[in-house]
Amino acid sequence: MTTSTHETEITADPDIPLVRITREFDAPPEKVFRAHTDPELVARWLGPRRHEMRVEHYDCRTGGSYRYLHVSDGNEFAFHGCFHEVRPSELIVQTFTFEGFPDDVALERLVFEDLGDGRTRLTSTSLVDSFEGRDAFLAGGMEDGVRQGYERLDELLAG
Amino acid sequence: MAADPLSRVFSALADPTRRDIVARLTVGDATVNELAEPYDVTVQAVSKHLKVLEDAGLVSRTREAQRRPVHLEAEVFDLMTKWIERYRRQAEERYRRLDDLLRTMPDDIEPTPPPPRTGAPR
Repeated sequence: MTTSTHETEITADPDIPLVRITREFDAPPEKVFRAHTDPELVARWLGPRRHEMRVEHYDCRTGGSYRYLHVSDGNEFAFHGCFHEVRPSELIVQTFTFEGFPDDVALERLVFEDLGDGRTRLTSTSLVDSFEGRDAFLAGGMEDGVRQGYERLDELLAG
Repeated sequence: MAADPLSRVFSALADPTRRDIVARLTVGDATVNELAEPYDVTVQAVSKHLKVLEDAGLVSRTREAQRRPVHLEAEVFDLMTKWIERYRRQAEERYRRLDDLLRTMPDDIEPTPPPPRTGAPR
């Protein structure tokens, strides 16, 4: 099974509740990093397509924090976190919380890898504290949701 | 091994040989020997891969027949791939917007200033 170099790849670790996303970009690490740290640029790509993204603050430096909202049909979904370690064009370590589940937090690590020839590989890992949390994360945005997915899976595996 | 079914399926499909085996089983049932043929590995190694796929609920083997052909549990496979693929597609959509943005950014961007350290020293 082959995919083109630009296709997003997803893996989920079987032993720890982690999701890893890998993607390559035709731009040098400085640019890709800038698109992750400049609030005006972040607002232009990070939000889901059908939602308006409203950045409240986005202070991407070691010890900084962020809060942004996705607005859709009058509903607001807010997210916030802290930037734990930010190293220009190399690394961002941050936390991520969806305010609908304020007790839950994901630890995210974004590594910007210089591939030469003005290309970058971005590897983003999200670590949560339970497999249920990880699977909810993966099922996020699915119409039928993780619970129905599990119910169907249980039925299939039982059958 | 992790207990939850999604992790088992993920883990089972994380291996390229196992993904290939699954892809071949979408065409039809096959015996272990048939599945082992195109690979430079032993039948035992393929059996091990099949055991992982079986534990994840992705394939089954009939007991009665001498040949014991391997059968793909297509519904489980479809559900899991749908689940994973939907998430992957969301990430891909996001990164395509980032591709577009990167194309419009000037080449001579200012290097980001070194972040000032805040908070307690380590």
